[in-house]
Amino acid sequence: MKWWTQSEYGRTVVFVLLLMVGLWELADRMFGIRTFLLPPPSSVAVEIFNNPGFYGYQSLYTIYITAMGFALAIIFGVGLAIAIVSSKLLDRLLYTLLIASNSVPKVALAPIFVIWLGTGGEPKVAIAALIAVFPIVINTTLGLRAVDPDMVDLARSARAPNHHVMLKIRLPNALPSIFAGAKVGISFALIGAIVGEFVAGERGLGYVILTSQATFNSPRAFAAIILLSVIGTIMFFIVELCERWLLPWHVSQRSAKAAR
Amino acid sequence: MRSKRASSETVADGRSATSTPYVRVSAVSKSYDHGDNPALVLRDVTLNIAPGEFISIVGPSGCGKSTLLKCIAGLQPVTSGRIMVKDEHVLAPPDNMAIVFQRDVLLDWRTVLDNVLLMVEFKGLKRRDYEARATQLLTTYGLGDFLHRYPWELSGGMRQRAAICRALVVDPELLLMDEPFGALDAMTRDDLNVELERLWYATRKTLLFITHGIDEAVYLADRVVVMARNPGRIAEIIDIDIPRPRPLSVRQAPQFGKYTSEIRRLFASLGVVRSE
Repeated sequence: MKWWTQSEYGRTVVFVLLLMVGLWELADRMFGIRTFLLPPPSSVAVEIFNNPGFYGYQSLYTIYITAMGFALAIIFGVGLAIAIVSSKLLDRLLYTLLIASNSVPKVALAPIFVIWLGTGGEPKVAIAALIAVFPIVINTTLGLRAVDPDMVDLARSARAPNHHVMLKIRLPNALPSIFAGAKVGISFALIGAIVGEFVAGERGLGYVILTSQATFNSPRAFAAIILLSVIGTIMFFIVELCERWLLPWHVSQRSAKAAR
Repeated sequence: MRSKRASSETVADGRSATSTPYVRVSAVSKSYDHGDNPALVLRDVTLNIAPGEFISIVGPSGCGKSTLLKCIAGLQPVTSGRIMVKDEHVLAPPDNMAIVFQRDVLLDWRTVLDNVLLMVEFKGLKRRDYEARATQLLTTYGLGDFLHRYPWELSGGMRQRAAICRALVVDPELLLMDEPFGALDAMTRDDLNVELERLWYATRKTLLFITHGIDEAVYLADRVVVMARNPGRIAEIIDIDIPRPRPLSVRQAPQFGKYTSEIRRLFASLGVVRSE
């Protein structure tokens, strides 16, 4: 356990989490709170460990929906941003459209997607992608635009074709912004997946929460919520790991590299 | 010392009468459209640069010297007049030309060698054919041990040397430098001045060097173009008759001082600097 001895931050996180769970358990027992109102963490843990297959399956389904939605959001988000930056006409057209549609509460579209795409995985993926795409487009557009004008002049002076400017300068330059958008996007995609499962579904952690509410099975709902937060955290860190791996040159990572 | 007042009538010709100018700037004016009152940045600029000539342009900020360079580079259109490079009307960046900017604009995600080879990629040439040349150039400039390092691991002077190598890798005939050493400390600047003088002496590229440092302008150039502002225009073109190669010590020579004080007097008479 190298990180335990070396990382003070890691130790602090574990300590705070344990403290929170401990207080929760203690409060439940001291004040005799009824389980269906706020189940103690011990009963939630028992619930999960008694049904590992069930929770594993439901978690995997939600992870799958989230990942698909997020992947679509990245593809469409970065693609749209490139289109917006490449052409003035597309800029006015798409950007206006995006801002306008961003003001629509996207969660409200979930039932419509069910009408369009049925009750399978598709509407859930669509909602996840729709919610996640906005931070990615906005951040990527900003990043693609934030290029030193001298850099563009340098490329033009060498008569570089436009796609070189995009691929060799703008896109790598935008990577930190793309990741900033992706980190928000991955959390949004998970929210989208849950909303999708709420609206129509017979699978996934969102569906588990909804059905346990109907039967006042609070330990089950809390088990799903805790699994969701664990999934959200892990997904976020996976994106961050990709960032570290892809951007060793970025300012935010130089000090860490120099210290090694 | 021979100095000419450049006006719309007298044309400053290239140094050698036998060769045609490599760059021909004829009665160029440039204005930016700011709504009702267009701002005149360059007024009636005429300048010929002979092949293999080293020209420095010195002037206060806002005199349009960078704009003039960008017009010659084909990066900005002129409002009136015309610019010819190698007998071709400049409407887009000409071939055989490279630029060095004040900021090195190296790409953070590319190693030094890859940054230099970027020019090769831009021009659609094969990297493999230029790797040896790029390595050799960087080694000459003292960056041999830093080929595979990233720009942020280098000092300011090393970064600008890499930027110069990037311009030189495709062997341009015309090199445009826009205050390339403006952001460096005085000692590094001296080093790079000497290196540039040697480079020019060895390769005889046609070189246009923009600076606001009078000493630097005189030290490097065959002719110094003195510009004034409001609107940006050529005030005077001064021939620098100091033999080459020039060691850094020529800066102490009385001859050198005569040129620099003449330019300082000129700026004082133009109201650019105060004359005590």
